[in-house]
Amino acid sequence: MPKFRPSRLSEISRRNRQEIIKARLSRRELFRMGLITSSGYLVHKSGLSAWADGGCNPGECKPGCSPPTIAFVDPITFPPLLPERNPAVDPAFTFSPPNAVPNRATNPATGIPFEGRTQVHQFRDRFPPQQFFATRMRPNFNATFSDDPRNLARIGKNLIWGFNRGGAEASDVAVSPGPLIAPRYGRPLVIRRFNELSFDTRGFGVPEVSTHTHNWHAGPDSDGGPCDPTTGADSTNPFKQGRFFFIGQFYDYFETMARAGFDTPQFTATNGDIRETLTTLWYHDHRVEHTAENVYKGLAGNEFIFNDFDTGDETTGFRLPSFFPYPAFDLPLVLTDKLFTPDGELCFDTFGLDGLVGDKFLVNGKIQPFMEVKRRRYRFRVLDGGPSRFYELFLTNPDNLNQKIPLTAITTTDGNLLDDPIRVQSVRLAVAERADIIIDFDEIFRATGARTIRLENRLEQVNGRAPTDKILPAGDGDFLMEFRIAGNTPAPDASLSPAQMIANARAAGKECTFAPICTPPRPTDNAAAKEDRIRVTRTFRFERRNGQWAINQQFADCTRFRFTIERNTAERWIIQNNSGGWQHPIHIHLEEFQMVRRNNKLIRRGDIEFGRKDVARLGFNEEIELLFRFRDFRGGWPMHCHNTIHEDHAMLLLFQVADEGDKNRTP
Amino acid sequence: MSTMTRRAGLAAFGLGTVAAGIAAWTRKTSSHADGRDPLRPRTDPVDSARPRMDPRERLQRYHLPNVALVTHDGKPVRFYEDLVKDRKVVINFMYTTCADGTCPITTANLVQVQKLLGDRVGRDVFFYSITLSPDQDTPVVLARYARAYDVGPGWTFLTGTSDDIERLRKALGFAYADPVEDANKANHVGMVRYGTEPLMIWGTAQGMANPKHLLTIFLWEFDRPLPGKALRAPVA
Repeated sequence: MPKFRPSRLSEISRRNRQEIIKARLSRRELFRMGLITSSGYLVHKSGLSAWADGGCNPGECKPGCSPPTIAFVDPITFPPLLPERNPAVDPAFTFSPPNAVPNRATNPATGIPFEGRTQVHQFRDRFPPQQFFATRMRPNFNATFSDDPRNLARIGKNLIWGFNRGGAEASDVAVSPGPLIAPRYGRPLVIRRFNELSFDTRGFGVPEVSTHTHNWHAGPDSDGGPCDPTTGADSTNPFKQGRFFFIGQFYDYFETMARAGFDTPQFTATNGDIRETLTTLWYHDHRVEHTAENVYKGLAGNEFIFNDFDTGDETTGFRLPSFFPYPAFDLPLVLTDKLFTPDGELCFDTFGLDGLVGDKFLVNGKIQPFMEVKRRRYRFRVLDGGPSRFYELFLTNPDNLNQKIPLTAITTTDGNLLDDPIRVQSVRLAVAERADIIIDFDEIFRATGARTIRLENRLEQVNGRAPTDKILPAGDGDFLMEFRIAGNTPAPDASLSPAQMIANARAAGKECTFAPICTPPRPTDNAAAKEDRIRVTRTFRFERRNGQWAINQQFADCTRFRFTIERNTAERWIIQNNSGGWQHPIHIHLEEFQMVRRNNKLIRRGDIEFGRKDVARLGFNEEIELLFRFRDFRGGWPMHCHNTIHEDHAMLLLFQVADEGDKNRTP
Repeated sequence: MSTMTRRAGLAAFGLGTVAAGIAAWTRKTSSHADGRDPLRPRTDPVDSARPRMDPRERLQRYHLPNVALVTHDGKPVRFYEDLVKDRKVVINFMYTTCADGTCPITTANLVQVQKLLGDRVGRDVFFYSITLSPDQDTPVVLARYARAYDVGPGWTFLTGTSDDIERLRKALGFAYADPVEDANKANHVGMVRYGTEPLMIWGTAQGMANPKHLLTIFLWEFDRPLPGKALRAPVA
């Protein structure tokens, strides 16, 4: 028993173990199932206290009350790819062509406009769409979180909300995570999203949606933000629509598939700065005031963007593990944690203020799945899907907890390529952060002899406010999933090892391993070009007053922009956490930033935060310095905490980008 | 009020028309995923290994207790049955001697919101302010406070026994996990809950936010286009 655990916990553990003995499961079986650690104590928050002693009441929704489940009995699943559609013939488009101007005509069937969008797509003429996708947000009343009969007896079918592959037919059911979108730079696209949700929510979720493509460089028309005074937030007429759209409506999202900087003199000819190439994105609902419950209910998915270097084919370009033919060796791992009532219903506390930590750990929508892997390299795109939990991810050999098993990060913790891959023992992710990691199962097998490796979260977090920052001993954390290494010989692998990539790039005299996608030069105070010159330094203090979040002592306001950034200029932002025992992943829409300092400590090349990011993980009493360029688009975007419960309550401000900016230093 | 049936409540507060309009809307559009009425909760529970609690009942049990309260007019009421059930509501906690600025600003903000909502308050939307000092804030004191802030009709100030108020405060989530922080009344949560009870939708606003913002997010809640509801004409 680690010293920091109170004795009460050992009492609970003892009782739980007796319950387990009564349930005729051996210690060895439990260990295999991930329910017990090598030291004999139950994996914390495994929900076992609810098994026999009836400590939870019917319908209760809190950690420890979810029914017990057996881990590693479900094979991992991967979301389907979102298929391309031909708008000339596809019924998702023929009734209303995908135009730059929104279709605000009244739909006689619903009495409200066909489309929820109110703004024209910016730069649509310059980047005519070449690809069209559709997807429909729908309830799915038959979702399962485990298909093993033993688990299904405790957590049966449940209602989730998800996205489908775009078909109108009922058989095209919605899934969560939603279909994976895998576009390529240079091919502009339109995604039409339909709202076919319902008010039959079973207690949480608001069927009004705004789908944000997280990290994408988009105009407000296609950003999927929470609210915007120019689209009705200053109006008492809901018909004008704040940003989200209603049941029976669709909304066309346009992606230029051009890199940031495309409308600045330096990069007009190349349609943007190639160093701003985005890689691992995700989409999720952003309905103002109700984002947390809607995302928790399932409205999220991934978008991976390929290019001429990161090709999705391990025989070309950077020679990273192949994405195609999907699913191959480049795969999403969406981490979420959930709560269930003792009677097995997915639940969410809409009255909670702190944040929600679940006692069930899901990867791609299944509770603690397993994955058979070949003896070769894989690229995993790991996403912290929230709502409130932070992770410190380790690889653990359950049969030898002392072994240290490294992994390689190829991106920052926001899914954009690092200058050079870095070998690490663990990766810390806050809500909405993504990390692309390379795991070489052949190397692990040869080094350890292990056939079973688990992805383990060893960061302690007991409530929705913040992790404690304590790293638990190996085996005492939360096992998220299990890799089972198959094969007596190594599997074919045309990808390069990260070490080989680094060596090749050095031999060729390249600026960075992933050249030409190297971290762009930072803006400076005296640069010649205005998009490189820091025009103003702004400071944002994230605070708390009588249980209300505030930024610079002001509260959320959908009816006004706090400050105005001059388009195609650079800014320095200092963000500070003055909220006491809380941590906040701060996300800024529109453009990425580079993190210069954390607590006055310079972030250097080789650090996982050195590069381009869109979430700044703001720890206890921390101060972070960020540098931005705000380019191309005009309009309004938010900055907010991505602990989605804090965001809804409402740790959020709106800023705008216009041709003339202000110099408000504490907006 | 306490004897009002659910049906009467629905009709009185405009939600009955919503329910009535739904069937027609559903018939008109088959675009809905499984062709079911999107507003009417399923009577058949989701396929499950175990019987599950009705979600509305679950919310009522854990978050909307039916505690006995007294209005600033001295009238005894039950929180769930008389004040919240079938209604669109705005709820906050305050106390008349609150000197930290939170209560006065929040009350003043909600007065402005009430004025902007006009006669809808008390007819379509109901405001409730619950005292955190039930021993001091008698109905008479609360009535005086309401008059001092120019509070209009449709906004009820409520007091009760300390135990009932505590239970209500915790159930509505106006509490901190840390007991020391929670025990200090100066820290009291300045949030405002608003929601539509029959739809099981609950939002949380900052009481000290710009009243125009509060009005906006309340209207998004209270004026949402529901399938079958007559909508305002589009504005060019």
